Amino acid sequence: MSRLGYIVFLAGSFAILGGCERPPMDEVQTGYRGLGMQVVINPRIDAKKAANNAVPAAIPAAAAGGPPASTVYKNIQVLKDLNVAQFTRVMLAITQWVAPPDQSCNYCHTSDMSSDDRYTKVVARRMLQMVRHVNSDWKNHVGDTGVTCYSCHRGNAVPQNVWFTDSGPSSNTGLIAGNAGKNNVSPAAGLSALPYDPYTRYLLEDNNIRVISNDALPGGNRSSIKQTDSTYALMISMSQSLGVNCVYCHNSRSFAVWDASTPKRTTAWYGIRMARDLNNNYLVPLTKTFPEHRLGIHGDVAKVNCATCHQGVFKPLYGESMAKDYPELTGEMHSSEPVSPAADAPPPTAALHP
Amino acid sequence: MAEYQNIFTRVQIRAPVYAGVELPRGAWGREGKGGFSHFLGRFGDAQIGPIYLGTTGVLSLVCGFIAFEIIGLNMFASVHWNPIQFIRLLPWLALEPPAPSNGLHFPRLQDGGWWLMAGFFLTSSVLLWWLRMYRRARALGMGTHVAWAFLSAIWLMLVLGIIRPVLMGSFGEAVPFGIFPHLDWTAAFSLRYGNLFYNPFHCLSIAFLYGSTLLFAMHGGTILAVSRLGGDRELEQIVDRGTAAERAALFWRWTMGFNATMESIHRWAWWFAVLCPLVGGIGILLTGTVVDNWYLWAVKHHVAPMYPHVFPPVVDPATISGTPQTGATP
Repeated sequence: MSRLGYIVFLAGSFAILGGCERPPMDEVQTGYRGLGMQVVINPRIDAKKAANNAVPAAIPAAAAGGPPASTVYKNIQVLKDLNVAQFTRVMLAITQWVAPPDQSCNYCHTSDMSSDDRYTKVVARRMLQMVRHVNSDWKNHVGDTGVTCYSCHRGNAVPQNVWFTDSGPSSNTGLIAGNAGKNNVSPAAGLSALPYDPYTRYLLEDNNIRVISNDALPGGNRSSIKQTDSTYALMISMSQSLGVNCVYCHNSRSFAVWDASTPKRTTAWYGIRMARDLNNNYLVPLTKTFPEHRLGIHGDVAKVNCATCHQGVFKPLYGESMAKDYPELTGEMHSSEPVSPAADAPPPTAALHP
Repeated sequence: MAEYQNIFTRVQIRAPVYAGVELPRGAWGREGKGGFSHFLGRFGDAQIGPIYLGTTGVLSLVCGFIAFEIIGLNMFASVHWNPIQFIRLLPWLALEPPAPSNGLHFPRLQDGGWWLMAGFFLTSSVLLWWLRMYRRARALGMGTHVAWAFLSAIWLMLVLGIIRPVLMGSFGEAVPFGIFPHLDWTAAFSLRYGNLFYNPFHCLSIAFLYGSTLLFAMHGGTILAVSRLGGDRELEQIVDRGTAAERAALFWRWTMGFNATMESIHRWAWWFAVLCPLVGGIGILLTGTVVDNWYLWAVKHHVAPMYPHVFPPVVDPATISGTPQTGATP
């Protein structure tokens, strides 16, 4: 081959294969043989993910006993069931997990520690309620592993993976054809041309995700191909968020049939409802609490999806439980004096519901 | 100098341009005088042109150009006429059919009207080109096999773009004009209708598709292998069977006991190629109109095998009472 031909061949190969992950991959068979039920793992990418998903060392457990925090500190609304040592431990943990290091306590507190002047403190209080809500009411998704602030924040004041309503590239006016919310690069759906905002439709609004018929013959299912595109985009976003393929949850011979699916699909089903619950009941009500620069272009609050917690891994932090080291966050803490368990955590105050 | 000439030859024959047979009275003239290209001669005949356009050819190109412009300019507008973004994002861009809620009405231009117009002009262009193909074959006194094979592909295109959407009562069922978006449509179509792999006409179409490639490889390989004996002069070998045809036939009788003939292999190839989009189109036409979930259809008719369960039973959580059904605002 001539030198030019060789160069063209090499350049062409790079152009075509440059975006591919290099083999070999590890494959783990999960279903019955011969059905392609296998999870594909790239050990090189996995090694990088492992480094990003290491669990920080737990702060030494707080001593039991001692006075309840609410008798020592003023304006405690959520963590009333903790004693002073436990309360201080939670504050210390939040400082490590969430607050920017150069601001530390001052990120949420003013010199009067009880003051609610900083919006971050009002948000943090609601987020503590959210963590306890997830740990006690969404066990069918988080199991006994539970969540802590760190599950999402990972040392960032705002978790790295949040979403805002995305109306896509500014829409055309006049006689120019609309793009139906798709036909552009969709970061949510793995850079495909699928709808670029499946989150508003399914993780905020309660639109029907199911499009496939339960009967062989037509019988009133009017779900369109465009609805299917939206469902498809949501599923791709989940796949990306968890770093898994379709058959982690589904049997690809029939995406709809439950008794051919893996048990992971049930966990994911609850996860979708959990994200919707957290967005509607914890994050959207905080919209007016946040300053403008924390909001999206449509003035909407940052919201959660699967990636917020999972961050590319099938189980956040590879399934290692941080919550077991922080009983203060599971909502089952009893301090020395009998107080109501945090499962009955007070409803958000009126100030939180503008 | 005895050297047999085939497509891999290093020598290209140069003779005066051959203008072709006499045209019938009233036909348009052929365009251009014709010339030679050494480069193209390495792949096919080195003579380029003259080309006959005719009424149908010109109208087809005009319609095709209109469709191309409607699609391209709408794509260009969707990136706000930014040429760099247009090139960068071209595979993602598309002209979208109307929303499903529109049904079969003619929508406003921006709501799918452009898509309908592009579809109309593209269909006109393709059908006019078909007519031109048919008439050119007739003018040369040939059979019309190529035109009918082309019509098979047009059938699949029309089923996808207009026949099935009309039967379903919504233009929104049709395929967008775009590179990635039409592929997404294909995947979504299979997802929506419960896995197209269980559609028997899809199975047949795949069999004919792969069969076509197999036949093409077998035939191409056979003829190249005997071209040193004059095998690429297939027509002569059909009329007057020579040593190339004898050896090719013997080769296949030795290897698999049966051989096609110099003529019949072309019928095999033609039917395999024609049946691929023909049965594929039938499969698409039945989807959603007659069958709504191909997997369940295949289960019902004992086509889909059942496999042993390896997981604990998985139940649809939506059917369990007491589970949070929506997660939306209570």
